[in-house]
Amino acid sequence: MRRFSWFNATSLTFGFAFLYLPMLILIIYSFNESRLVTVWAGFSTKWYGELFQNEQFLDAAWVTLKVAFWSSTVATVLGTLAAYIMVRAGRFRGRGLFSGMIYAPLVMPEVITGLSLLLFFIAIGLDRGVLTIVLAHTTFSMCYVSVVVTSRLVSFDRSLEEAALDLGCTPFDAFRSVTLPIIMPAVISGWLLAFTLSLDDLVIASFTSGPSSTTLPIKIFSAVRLGVTPEINALSTIMIGLVTLGVISASLVSRATAKKERA
Amino acid sequence: MAQPKPNAIFAPWHDPAEKPLIQFKNVTKRFGDFTAIDDLTLDIYAKEFFALLGPSGCGKTTLMRMLGGFETPTEGTILLDGVDIGPVPPNERPVNMMFQSYALFPHLTVWDNIAFGLKRSDMPKDQIGDRVERMLKLTQLGKFAKRKPHQISGGQRQRVALARSLAKAPKLLLLDEPLGALDKKLRHETQFELMDIQETTGTTFVIVTHDQEEAMTVASRVAVMTEGKLAQVATPDQIYEAPNSAYVADFIGDVNLIEGTVEAKAPDARATDVAIKWSATEPAIMASAEIRPPAASSVTFAIRPEKVTITAQKPEAANVMEGKILDIAYLGNLSTYHVEVAPGVIIKAQATNSRRISRRNLTWEDHVYLSWTDTAGVVLTA
Amino acid sequence: MTWRGRLLIAVPYVWLLVLFLVPFGIVLKISLSDIALAIPPYTPTMKDGLWAMLSGLDFENYAFIGAGAVVAGFAGLILCIAMYRIVFPRIRRAMLPDTATTVFDTAAAALTALAVAIVNVAVVVAVLAFVLPALSDFVDVPDFLYFAAYLSSLKIAAISTFLTLLIGYPVAYGMARAAQHWRPTLLMLVILPFWTSFLIRVYAWIGILSTEGYLNQLLLSLGVISAPLSILNTPVAVYIGIVYTYLPFMVLPIYAALEKMDDSLVEAAEDLGCTALSAFWLVTAPLSKPGVIAGCFLVFIPTLGEFVIPSLLGGSDTLMIGKVLWEEFFNNRDWPVASAVAVILLMILIIPIVLFQRNEQKQRELDG
Repeated sequence: MRRFSWFNATSLTFGFAFLYLPMLILIIYSFNESRLVTVWAGFSTKWYGELFQNEQFLDAAWVTLKVAFWSSTVATVLGTLAAYIMVRAGRFRGRGLFSGMIYAPLVMPEVITGLSLLLFFIAIGLDRGVLTIVLAHTTFSMCYVSVVVTSRLVSFDRSLEEAALDLGCTPFDAFRSVTLPIIMPAVISGWLLAFTLSLDDLVIASFTSGPSSTTLPIKIFSAVRLGVTPEINALSTIMIGLVTLGVISASLVSRATAKKERA
Repeated sequence: MAQPKPNAIFAPWHDPAEKPLIQFKNVTKRFGDFTAIDDLTLDIYAKEFFALLGPSGCGKTTLMRMLGGFETPTEGTILLDGVDIGPVPPNERPVNMMFQSYALFPHLTVWDNIAFGLKRSDMPKDQIGDRVERMLKLTQLGKFAKRKPHQISGGQRQRVALARSLAKAPKLLLLDEPLGALDKKLRHETQFELMDIQETTGTTFVIVTHDQEEAMTVASRVAVMTEGKLAQVATPDQIYEAPNSAYVADFIGDVNLIEGTVEAKAPDARATDVAIKWSATEPAIMASAEIRPPAASSVTFAIRPEKVTITAQKPEAANVMEGKILDIAYLGNLSTYHVEVAPGVIIKAQATNSRRISRRNLTWEDHVYLSWTDTAGVVLTA
Repeated sequence: MTWRGRLLIAVPYVWLLVLFLVPFGIVLKISLSDIALAIPPYTPTMKDGLWAMLSGLDFENYAFIGAGAVVAGFAGLILCIAMYRIVFPRIRRAMLPDTATTVFDTAAAALTALAVAIVNVAVVVAVLAFVLPALSDFVDVPDFLYFAAYLSSLKIAAISTFLTLLIGYPVAYGMARAAQHWRPTLLMLVILPFWTSFLIRVYAWIGILSTEGYLNQLLLSLGVISAPLSILNTPVAVYIGIVYTYLPFMVLPIYAALEKMDDSLVEAAEDLGCTALSAFWLVTAPLSKPGVIAGCFLVFIPTLGEFVIPSLLGGSDTLMIGKVLWEEFFNNRDWPVASAVAVILLMILIIPIVLFQRNEQKQRELDG
């Protein structure tokens, strides 16, 4: 029997207050009437209206979504493939280098990844734009996808695949009709992770973006350097709301599937 | 069965002068709406090897955890040596526990695990070493003192757990399914080791188990529990030979239970004779009971399969039934025959396989006779 | 292996080679080049021919950023760890067989190892500089900025890792102690901030910590302070920002370690005479050590190269190497020096990364 003491309760309360109060304040003040962000002057949604009038932000948001969609989709395919190779391919020449290249980007400081990719794009003469950001984001987020999928593949009962082969599947059929459906939850969460990482990324995008392809984080960063503005508060609230909605619905879905599997 | 000594029979529970070591007085424990222990009263005596036996969820573990101090009774009191131990925290009780998972500290060596409790006591440092060495010797673990728990086998881990809980020389040792994680063969050996250690150290042991064979082997007394209550508390042989209810009879070992009604006492019968009508066509079962149940009351007749004799020719006995062999379970040393004596009524009879298999003459579909004496079975009213 | 299998491996392999490994080669090469007023702003390039390019490379940038001092410090650290982990235990075992080590022994051994390593490296550096005068350029620190930035990054990363542990451990402990049906919800509450934008979470603190921010307003209205505190643009703000954004990375591994711990271990400790507090120190704390180590690395490693937090919350005096690299590249357009800074940062990072990997592997072996 675990005993939950007052100390545990206090540390949880303070810990979660620390985690959530700043975001809560941000959300509350996004509904502030006044342009002075620290003085409360009544409830209003006018900053949301202004946000949607701001062409620059809307353009940047559109670029960001495009980049996030394409990079996470390509990264999911490549990352799943990489995970499958790591778990199933056994030994092959250059395996050590391969696993090194998959894990290294996870701990690599973003400034270094960004710098190296920029220098690379310049060296091969590729013009910076949406394509270069997609390439850069795909490269680092495929590693996250591969880690997520690997952890699922490792716990996967290999005899299921062998049963499929025994029943007459080709290896590709077995992958498509048995392995993929079972690892699908991990693939989906890998995609979601890649998507949010791409949405979130400032440093690598700053290095690899061109003048015509500003993403939302770059826009926010340059606006925020000048201080707090109510438009950014409104934008932040929308982003926090979307993520919260996504995470909660994803966890409800996964809990429901887990229950179904157990039943 | 562990205890009977050549001259003096160990039975403090029959001695009114003997003071119990542990007394449960009307103890009730509730978890929310669920009553785990229901108004239970029980005495356990010093030097006993006391077994709590029951299916999972019967409250036996809760009872033990209350002794350890990990749960407090909702109502009632628990006395140790006449002192109420309700408010005493686990670290101040002269009681140690051997956990079902062994709960060996994975970051400490075997030596440090055994010394753990001693270091918390006020024992001087040099004596701790001696004591640990003694414990290692007692449990034959000397070679493994420097190993970590994950570097030794399951049986060795079990002995470390035992040595650790015995090291502080507690007044009472609690063992929670101590042999549950061992395979069958090792379990048998360890049961005898446990009994030896209990006898050498003279510690009072309370063991929780769901394995009736284990309880019968090691314990001086067995308490059969069901749904938070004690069904019967008695020595193993009493529990087996004289169960007080159909529940206990069925829980311990294999048994044939036949329901029937008591016939009116025949004029020439002895006071203890009971005739049980169990079928409209078959003759009544003749049995004996110390207290004769009233006529026409419904009772259960319980008889162990090994007390039923199976023969091909009709024998002379107080009870003889004719039937057909439906099934034979061959267990090596024994065979159990399932015999249908009336439509739908199957009685199990056990025979020792003292001859080689080719020489035995009973087989499927054979007509056979089952017989037993009038004192072989028990008449149960509950 | 069939050609199809090879093709399957080739796709992600080639992708990573081209977009991960080759760019590093380019960084390395540029770090050895010189700045030039050209496009791209460095020389020599491939246009000058392969031989001319290779012979035009030198270590000037490394000398400029004081890489020699960093390398010497690095060597000292490795030596220190080697002494502490490999040499000292052997000496100890040879001299004093079979004794328990106390905290003081460990601390004394660690300090001695550090002292010996520093002296050794200093001697080696002095001897080398005397024997090979050309090397003294390399050890010289022409611009102290870079060396200070490395040191200050290390300091900030170490302090904030410690602070994160101080806050994260009780939270993880509380979560592990909470009732079973509450734990998934608590876990989600810890993970949720991880999914929300990093930038926005840092931004939230600007409003709180600024001179007319919410914190100062609150403290002023409570009468705790009479004049507003200036927290924003100081190292304190950077610490708060790092602790805040990296807290989930600390909580999750510690929670994982505590959660899988067998409850009966603590009960066994109490049964054997421990109070609740000593049971925590003797059983729970040592068993959660792998989680603590993993959490510390997960905070320390990314913090070392952090850019967003110091540039938004820190002032001009908050030196962190990520910020220096960024400014070198975007403001000074000195690509070769920026590349040299990146290479040295990577070299420093190798130690914690390798240690982290070893910790993880040890854990996997124990579990598996």
